[in-house]
Amino acid sequence: MSKLKYALFTGCTAKQSTPELLSSTLAVAEKLGIEITILEEASCCGASHLQDFDEFLAHVLNARNICYAEKLGLTMITICNTCQLNSAMTKHALDTDPALKARVNEKLAEVGLEYKGTSEIKHFLYCLIDEYGLENIKDKVEVPLSHLNIAPFYGCHNIRPSELHHTSNGGENPYNPTSLDQLINALEGHPVDYDHKNKCCGFHVELQANHTSEILAGNAMVDAIDNNADIMVTPCPLCHLKMDTYQDDVGKVMGRDIELPVLHMPQMVALALGCTPKEIGLNFHVQKATHLTA
Amino acid sequence: MSDTRKVTIKAFRFNAETDYLPYYKQYEMEVGKDELILDLLNRIKWEHDGSFSYRRSCRHGICGACAIKVNGRATLACKQNAMELLDLFDNELVFEPSSKKRAVKDMIIDKKDFWDKHAAVQPYVVADIDPHPEHETKQSIEEFNKFLDSDLCIQCGACHYSCPALEANPDYLGPAALNAAYRFTVDTRDNAGKERLELTAEPGVGVWDCVKCFECAEACPKEINPIEKITKLHNMQFEQGVAKSNVATRHAEGFVRSIKKHGFLDEADIVVYSEGYLGMYKHLKTAMKMMKAGKIHWNDGLPWVDNVPKSKNLDEIQKLIEISQTNKL
Repeated sequence: MSKLKYALFTGCTAKQSTPELLSSTLAVAEKLGIEITILEEASCCGASHLQDFDEFLAHVLNARNICYAEKLGLTMITICNTCQLNSAMTKHALDTDPALKARVNEKLAEVGLEYKGTSEIKHFLYCLIDEYGLENIKDKVEVPLSHLNIAPFYGCHNIRPSELHHTSNGGENPYNPTSLDQLINALEGHPVDYDHKNKCCGFHVELQANHTSEILAGNAMVDAIDNNADIMVTPCPLCHLKMDTYQDDVGKVMGRDIELPVLHMPQMVALALGCTPKEIGLNFHVQKATHLTA
Repeated sequence: MSDTRKVTIKAFRFNAETDYLPYYKQYEMEVGKDELILDLLNRIKWEHDGSFSYRRSCRHGICGACAIKVNGRATLACKQNAMELLDLFDNELVFEPSSKKRAVKDMIIDKKDFWDKHAAVQPYVVADIDPHPEHETKQSIEEFNKFLDSDLCIQCGACHYSCPALEANPDYLGPAALNAAYRFTVDTRDNAGKERLELTAEPGVGVWDCVKCFECAEACPKEINPIEKITKLHNMQFEQGVAKSNVATRHAEGFVRSIKKHGFLDEADIVVYSEGYLGMYKHLKTAMKMMKAGKIHWNDGLPWVDNVPKSKNLDEIQKLIEISQTNKL
């Protein structure tokens, strides 16, 4: 198997509130022999909010990020569902609307860049599954997760709208997603089946519609717990932030005590590949995952 | 490979006049490759139980009457091939009404909430019409294209009853009504645009309560993509000066401010900027927990004081914002 090489778009959270996402991603890449170049020139993707204020500006900034992956001749990988969606939406818009592409390139030319559309955009989860391969990951497992019931929480922006993602996420079906379940199986964990695994966590209205946000997160967490989950795992740091840092508030709204560690997808993989909890930043979680390595 | 498959259907059954609780009834049948979900609904009624109730009308994907959920997926029964869903969900299908809590009889729901919201956005052209016009009110192709297919909505309710924001907040207008608001607000013959935009800007009701989950885009059988129209309404509120300064609008606009300074979003600062210093008290407990865990860190100085990493070539980002920004709060 030839060495996989990617340009990593970290997004903002992996450089700030979820440093453990970046360290665990790099740890997984190193263990699997995947070469990563971090796109240090990249800016924020707009996180589904910038485009509400100014959609054209969001396209310009996302196109600029992709330009830097194109310069390296690499697929741009993301480690956040929302970064994935926003980057993919811009790519789709520019690749299908020549007039918009020309308008955006007119702006990019002012800083010496040109969006060509040559780089793919893929979430790290699907690089692992579709390109590295589940069987190859299975061969590398040093610490099987067989003592854990793991609830996969897919998050919205990797799976919806499916029309936008179908080439980059292996044709994952938003109503019956299986990638995380397959990954958990490959690591010898026990995937928890529950209704809310493909639902919304409510992160994006945390500030302006707090009650809605708590209910959505709570529905998923309670469903996972009621189906005997020991931990939850997600490919999205925004879902992680909502469900990890606001567990007390969510519990109050749901009328339940909620104690559920929420791991980033790369943390789960890294644990099975033999990384230590400290290497992958488990200490950075609000809801500590003390029983993981028991 | 056989052209038929043996299928188990579990159908939601409930009669508001006689049942205290809903229940599920199981039906077995051999399904052919050309059968639609509507054919299976018919076969339950015609071959198993005449009391089974559902709505159907045009059978051409136009009237929207037969929208139900199959295995949780919004489905227009007369358009959806059954085999496609069997490939997805194996050989067990669960038929449920679009909204279980609004069920009247089996698949039939009370859509009053849907129609009330639809009516609230004035889903028609509001204009003073000359009773004796001398010429037609024409639209250019460019003006028509601005509808972005929003006028193809058949009011089936698939997006409305798939929207988790609406489920949690019954006051929210929801994707179908907002799609209609967009459709008539961009219509050049209409005079009620500002009024509609003001309604869609209202906290708790309008576009700022959309959770951005894209369920509506996935659910729509006409591929209208309601969230695309919701984004356009957000933009139009700023463009037309309707957006008022509040936590939601400051949050959206604050991204520009933050990206201009750092390239990245300053996650701590955006909360302060959106909420204001007085509003921050709500988040103090969570902030303390995050600090204790290291999620808000002190590595480069005090949190909230300009200590986030900066993008390489920040000057490019700043220039692009300067020459590309089209809106102001």
